[in-house]
Amino acid sequence: MGTGTNIGRVRGLGSAHHGAMHWWRQRLTAGGNIVTMVWFVVSLFRLPSLDHASVVTWLQSPFNAVMMLLLVGSVFYHFRLGLQTVIEDYQHEGSRFVAIVLLNFYTIALAAIAVFSILKIAFGAA
Amino acid sequence: MARNPGRPLSPHLTIWKWGPHMLVSILHRATGVALATGGAMLFTWWLSAIASGPDAYASFSRYVIDAEGSGGLAMFTTLLAKVAAVGLTWAFFQHMATGIRHLVLDLGAGYELKTNRTFARLTMVASTLLTLILWIWAWRN
Repeated sequence: MGTGTNIGRVRGLGSAHHGAMHWWRQRLTAGGNIVTMVWFVVSLFRLPSLDHASVVTWLQSPFNAVMMLLLVGSVFYHFRLGLQTVIEDYQHEGSRFVAIVLLNFYTIALAAIAVFSILKIAFGAA
Repeated sequence: MARNPGRPLSPHLTIWKWGPHMLVSILHRATGVALATGGAMLFTWWLSAIASGPDAYASFSRYVIDAEGSGGLAMFTTLLAKVAAVGLTWAFFQHMATGIRHLVLDLGAGYELKTNRTFARLTMVASTLLTLILWIWAWRN
């Protein structure tokens, strides 16, 4: 491996074998999003009221809590991949690196808060 | 030189005409970014407010869901939240419709000019209709 041009440094190495992974996971989570988000929007609009007692009762059902966890997993992974594509299209070099790091922090922090909240409600502590 | 409008334009950075397929392509990206930022933050804020107990949820509710006659600021933010909620549901349906369009295109189908344009227009009709149906239904209940 030389230290010359970019093409010179990768020539002869062959495939990295994960070129299609980002693309495929974007599609896989898209399917997950359709199922979980349609369920979520319909359930939310079918709730008798959006007061604390109603939403807590709704989220304490094991089925609803598990669906919410699956929703967070699928939707958050999907938007992380999507925003990564947007960043890679418009940002280059150093600012791209910083933006990707911030994107990872943003997604993982938000997911941690969401998952912790769902579990706290589901286990009856809200 | 007079250009025959029946002939296609060559791909060029400054000479092009908007088409529905271009519009839904950029809408897919724009709605995706809106959902990933505004939508995801509002969703997580809502979940953590529920988890923090009735008092925290009441304050979230006063500023986002229903001002219930409390101060001017809450009236203003609940109005903003309603606009955001309608906007986000439209963004959600638009992103889902163009997402399904992308899944169809991934299969290698729907590239004929007419089919492509019709499908692109349909995503916008569907997202607008679904948003209207959902909010009229919510408002009537």
